[in-house]
Amino acid sequence: MEIIFKHVTHAYEANNPLAALGLDDVSVDIKDKKFTAIIGKTGSGKSTLVRHINALLKPTSGTIMVGDREINAETNNKNLKSLRKNVGMVFQFPESQLFEDTVEKDIMFGPMNFGVSEEDAKTAAHDMIKLVGLDEKYLSKSPFDLSGGQMRRVAIAGVLATHPETIILDEPTAGLDPVGRKEIMDLFKNLQTEGRTIILITHNMDDVANYADEVVVMHDGKKIAEGTPMEVFNNQKLLTDDMLTLPQSAIFAQKLSQKYFNFDQLPITISDLSTEIKRQINGD
Amino acid sequence: MNKLILGRYLPGDSLLYRLDPRGKFLITFYFIGIVFLANNVASYGFLLLFVLFAVYLSKINLGFFLRGLRPMFWLILFTVVLQMFFTPSQHPLWSFGILTLSKEGLVISAYIFVRFVLIIFVSTLLTLTTTPIEISDSIESILKPLKAIKFPVTQVALMLSIALRFVPLLIDETTKIMDAQRARGVDFGEGGLIKRIKSFVPILIPLFVSSFSIAYDLAIAMESRGYKDGEGRSKYRVLSWSTRDTVAAIVMLLITVILLFIRSY
Repeated sequence: MEIIFKHVTHAYEANNPLAALGLDDVSVDIKDKKFTAIIGKTGSGKSTLVRHINALLKPTSGTIMVGDREINAETNNKNLKSLRKNVGMVFQFPESQLFEDTVEKDIMFGPMNFGVSEEDAKTAAHDMIKLVGLDEKYLSKSPFDLSGGQMRRVAIAGVLATHPETIILDEPTAGLDPVGRKEIMDLFKNLQTEGRTIILITHNMDDVANYADEVVVMHDGKKIAEGTPMEVFNNQKLLTDDMLTLPQSAIFAQKLSQKYFNFDQLPITISDLSTEIKRQINGD
Repeated sequence: MNKLILGRYLPGDSLLYRLDPRGKFLITFYFIGIVFLANNVASYGFLLLFVLFAVYLSKINLGFFLRGLRPMFWLILFTVVLQMFFTPSQHPLWSFGILTLSKEGLVISAYIFVRFVLIIFVSTLLTLTTTPIEISDSIESILKPLKAIKFPVTQVALMLSIALRFVPLLIDETTKIMDAQRARGVDFGEGGLIKRIKSFVPILIPLFVSSFSIAYDLAIAMESRGYKDGEGRSKYRVLSWSTRDTVAAIVMLLITVILLFIRSY
């Protein structure tokens, strides 16, 4: 689903001296079936932004179009199920949402809330546990007996089990080991190539470079830039203003360009970087 | 969740913020005590004026105090209505069975209402202008004499400040877990009673699990920084009693004298 934010402002504690703007007149267009990364410093409004997509937060002013569904300040809390079924959300440290006595029941919890039959929910649990890279034998275990990384996978399976069209990820790999994080990120990339829309909040610029099609940069509740990762990481103004850091490959390229090498645009992934180095060595 | 005004601190700066928390704490309780001395329109009016003046001194919007009344609304209504209809009287204005409405009843229920407002305003004033940690420090300081009878004052104060520290933490945690379960299709406050109660299981269990793990982490963090309770710990926040605190105490005494005078007048 295409998600369009139109002049969205969100004030926390609107009628109170502690009021703070979480979002300040944000207009953004998140494209259908693309992998969009949202980056920005802590407190820049990334999480506030994505919580509007499934109406966990409502705008103080402005509208959000999720497909053909409109969310605005007057949207009430009833009948949000169809919206939330289509927009899956993996929160930071999602393992804190586990509560059932078995992994299977926990994965089935979401689908059953959205009115899926018990049988279908069970099938979904079996499919999803394999999808997130765990053995089916874990289904009968208590989620609280698992390791942190396994709990994370179960929680992600629980969100994917409702087959959402749009998947929002709020730092899904924070605290995972390098192998685990690559597996999880590859999983989401695969889901996107199969036709889902993925929105990823992250502080990891290499993930942005490797996986995202589009990037939105947030700062102080405002959108300050958007574009492809290539455009954003080559935006000199953002870099000199210290609004973002570069992926490893781009940093390496920057250092190389101090000696002998010359890059028109900083390569942002390892493969781009190596092709470019090869070209320049052979060419010179 | 964040609409709870009772017990909440509001950052600010005014005379009331700068008063010594021990003094403020004791004065608040003293004031709640003397509220019960008031017995006529003049004395209640005097106390109400004093509290409104204190609110003015705090430089906090009156709206905050009015919102503090909201969670107590049903309790106040119940008590006031009870007094209104069940005060026995020789000259009832209206009566039906055991219910009697009389002038005395109306006056008493008005007094009770004012009493509630006074007590809630004053305690809201204390919590809005005093950080929880200042309150627990002042409790520790006030309880100090109990050390003589081997009462574990420092431990109690530590428990109190940890408990207070956990309140915002648990509120954040609850909001987070509620959001996560909402995203998985839970509708809080929809359906019948049983369904509503059931919808809290997915919050309570994760909340218990995470508060235990936070408590473990906190204990380890404290031990690894060498925490050992007992005698001779110095204080990071030192409370100091100054002239204005003495003045505040004298004002309270004056109020008591005036109140006693109005009362018997």
